[in-house]
Amino acid sequence: MYAFEYQKVKSVDDAAKIIAKDPDAKVLAGGQSLIAAMKLRLAKPSSVVDLGSIKGLSGIKVDGKNVTIGAMTRHAEVAASADVKKAIPALAALAGGIGDRMVRNMGTIGGSLANNDPAADYPAGALGLGATVVTNKRKIAADDFFKGLYETALGKGEIIEQVVFPIPKRAAYMKFKNPASRYAIVGVFVADTGSGARVAVTGAGPCAFRVAAMEKALASKFAPESVASISVPEKGLNSDLHAKADYRAHLITVMARRAVEAAVK
Amino acid sequence: MSATTYIGAAIKRKEDYRFLTGAGNYTDDVAMPHQTYACFVRSPHAHAKIRAINKDKALKAPGVVAVFTGDDLAAAKVNGLPCGWLITDVNGQPMKEPPHPCLAQGKARYVGDHVAIVIAESVQQARDAAELVKVDYQELPAVVRAGDARKKGAPVVHDQAPDNTCYVWGLGDKAAVDKAFAGAAHLTTLEFINNRLVPNAIEPRAANASYSRADDSYTLYVANQNPHVERLLMTAFVLGLPEHKVRVVAPDVGGGFGSKIYLYAEDVVCTWASKQINRPVKWTAERSESFTSDAHGRDHVTKAELAMDKDGKFLAMRVTTTANMGAYLSTFASCIPTILYATLLAGQYTTPVIYCEVTAVFTNTAPVDAYRGAGRPEATYVVERLVETAAREMKLNPAEIRRRNFIKTFPYQTPVALLYDTGNYEATLGEALKVADVAGFPARKAEAAKRGKLRGLGFACYIEACGIAPSNVAGALGARAGLFEAGEVRVHPTGKVTVFTGSHAHGQGHETTFAQVVADRLGIPIEDVDIVHGDTSKILFGMGTYGSRSIAVGGTAIVKALDKVVAKGKKIAAHLMEAAEADIEFRDGAFVVKGTDKKKAFAEVSLAAYVPHNYPLDKLEPGLNENAFYDPANFTFPAGSHICEVEVDPDTGNVRIVNFTAIDDFGKIINPMIVEGQVHGGLTQGIGQALTEGCHYDAESGQLVTGSYLDYCLPRADDVPAFKVGTKETPCTHNPLGVKGCGEAGAIGAPAAVMNALTDALGTPDIEMPATPQRIWRACRDMKRAA
Repeated sequence: MYAFEYQKVKSVDDAAKIIAKDPDAKVLAGGQSLIAAMKLRLAKPSSVVDLGSIKGLSGIKVDGKNVTIGAMTRHAEVAASADVKKAIPALAALAGGIGDRMVRNMGTIGGSLANNDPAADYPAGALGLGATVVTNKRKIAADDFFKGLYETALGKGEIIEQVVFPIPKRAAYMKFKNPASRYAIVGVFVADTGSGARVAVTGAGPCAFRVAAMEKALASKFAPESVASISVPEKGLNSDLHAKADYRAHLITVMARRAVEAAVK
Repeated sequence: MSATTYIGAAIKRKEDYRFLTGAGNYTDDVAMPHQTYACFVRSPHAHAKIRAINKDKALKAPGVVAVFTGDDLAAAKVNGLPCGWLITDVNGQPMKEPPHPCLAQGKARYVGDHVAIVIAESVQQARDAAELVKVDYQELPAVVRAGDARKKGAPVVHDQAPDNTCYVWGLGDKAAVDKAFAGAAHLTTLEFINNRLVPNAIEPRAANASYSRADDSYTLYVANQNPHVERLLMTAFVLGLPEHKVRVVAPDVGGGFGSKIYLYAEDVVCTWASKQINRPVKWTAERSESFTSDAHGRDHVTKAELAMDKDGKFLAMRVTTTANMGAYLSTFASCIPTILYATLLAGQYTTPVIYCEVTAVFTNTAPVDAYRGAGRPEATYVVERLVETAAREMKLNPAEIRRRNFIKTFPYQTPVALLYDTGNYEATLGEALKVADVAGFPARKAEAAKRGKLRGLGFACYIEACGIAPSNVAGALGARAGLFEAGEVRVHPTGKVTVFTGSHAHGQGHETTFAQVVADRLGIPIEDVDIVHGDTSKILFGMGTYGSRSIAVGGTAIVKALDKVVAKGKKIAAHLMEAAEADIEFRDGAFVVKGTDKKKAFAEVSLAAYVPHNYPLDKLEPGLNENAFYDPANFTFPAGSHICEVEVDPDTGNVRIVNFTAIDDFGKIINPMIVEGQVHGGLTQGIGQALTEGCHYDAESGQLVTGSYLDYCLPRADDVPAFKVGTKETPCTHNPLGVKGCGEAGAIGAPAAVMNALTDALGTPDIEMPATPQRIWRACRDMKRAA
């Protein structure tokens, strides 16, 4: 780890001011990606701005239409929340399958979305459910949020405050894990929302993306067989030691089918 | 518990309290006054000329005490690291032994090669300054795969070996094998890769060296499996220091699996540097360094052929292997794919003639050496994959083909040098068939098929040669060291006992099992016995722990010393009870005059030995303290039968081990609970090799792709089933405890059993290890396409 400044802030505004001024400063939420990268000397922030003592950034609210999760809410809280389990069980299950117990006890939803790791789970959930990312400056639809590899729509001095998930009729998330890292090689989140079906894939591309052909097929019939023979082109998919692009493309179809199976059960 | 029934009892480990409560004392825990910290500058390139090293900036960085490079070591006449085993090639020539400098000289030969050491007041300062050491590299093309090393135009790793060949070595009667193949009714041929593995001990390597100006001596704390060997190699071959002026301590060591047997460059450099700066130098590897610079394991490319008659009786075996040595010869690298590999190719069978040829090659990868099993998993993989494939090809039941070929009478001389003293292969196989419910397999397979899943069953009947080794045999085969073990039993005046052993424990539980042996033999409570190991200033001598040798060789040395204690005790007791020495017997912790009720407790005799008022001082020295060195008469031959059952999801390539049965013959068992733990660990590592672990270097750049747990997949608890394990005992015939050793068996048998099960499930002749979901999915897809 390189030497760095550590700053504990009391408000989102204070944090935003620091990072707007210093492009090498980094916001610390749960630290499950940032601290690991710093320990490996892969990240060299000038300053680490800890959001941990800002009041009101954490917590879960459920009303008739939405599940609203504060940016600093830990994965374990979402996984264990009776409200989330009732409203969007697929989201609770997704959170309960992130990383390991230690990661889930520290990692946060805001941190995960802002980091936008290509194999993270939450981006699939946010995109699959058509969530809205609420920042200190504006509201961003999930469809507009994930821009590329570790790249999001977040601008200079912009910090996530909460994420609003519309409650679907039914949904499910299926993940095929990298045997080593246990990150998603392919994770598929399917949702039957009030306004059509959504299929979001993580792990397979530079960032989470939707599969229009599957959504269309599911819109006419929300059943496993609707997606079972829809293949996704392998062009542009990630390709590495663990899974070449053709294998990932194949797994998208299998995981989508299994996710729909689970959603209709 | 009666004191004489400690052997065979599942006693909880004495070590557990300190290990489980954080009270252990590992090398990194050792803090010396005026401590400094080292960071090694390592090559980022697989192969590069070092044109210049500029250390000016680093030397000026905050907290930096010193920076040394290969030039400094050369100027100080520090030698390179030695290889402890000389292999003589097929033409009678010695193997090629290019220099292995402790800090690179002129060239870096693998990613992670040690180029310079930076010593500072803190770890952070050392790391920061290490980034300021400017090494001017000229990158060279690299070769990383064993199969590519001898190709025309391959980059040359060492000028001393222009064809990258360390040796071509052979064992067995080639002409007889060729003749038998010519007349065979059936041939089975397989070509496969035995995948390279990274050892991954939980405690990374570490060293903390200090120099004392007062008496010109050194103390090295080091995470190592054999401190005396470390000291001998370092003083006599590398640093040229007087052996008696160097103390090496291997305190608590968190796992080794072979990777801590060796003398490493970091140990030498820290020791040397401690005198240069007259301050202690500590280095603890980061996990990333462990991946790049610990000695790796396996990495063979093999063609194997088995010749049979029409009934499946084995006539001959022919094996050709290329073994990757990595960039330099590690301490025992040369003997692993030869002496510990080809000699095991008879397996449990009467194959009358065998020929094995091994070509060892240099590549731009980390050195490769012994890793749990060391040659024997590779041999078992060859034999058991061949046998199972032969059974399938000849439509024979896999148990039946093995039974037709089992060795049934002992002692048995194999055609590949070993003399098996005892065994009962039918007993372990028969039990395994029952425990694994092989009879019920077809029904389970049919049920799985209904769910769209593929089930497969695989066997592995392995043998290993442990308790290495008779020194004269090892010497004749090229060993540059003896392979005995030493033990000392120090009986205190009150009858309490401290035992000093040359074996070293780094997770094996010797403090418990060895104490069980001592307590059992002396008839005293186990609480009265302490086992001490791992310090050259305390232990007589030691050849250390590897090759499942500790109980068979180290344990026997202790027994020999105990025998001397009892013999002397009898003399003292005879004097005390005014009886003839011949009339004294020792039983249940007391010296008894035969046929009378006259006796002296062990502690009464020990007290007399140290307070010799009524004592035969004219005939006997006072004190009760005995040493023994034990050199085994033969190897021991643990053997067993493993049966694995897998279920494959053809849609994803996911595989689950649904059943794993291991019935082993380890000879006499001292502590069944510890043995079971060893088997579980070994099986898990074997399953890791088969399904998850693959060390992968990029063929072009020579970069280590699997350099962290993100990409290198160690098996986890949910990757393995609840093992069904059991034992059958045929006691070893040539050591007094009848023990054979159990540390490596799981890792030896499991890969072949898993891969036999997997190929059975898929109906494919072979699939490369590690059989990851991607590889399995591709195999399923290809099978579907072919159909």
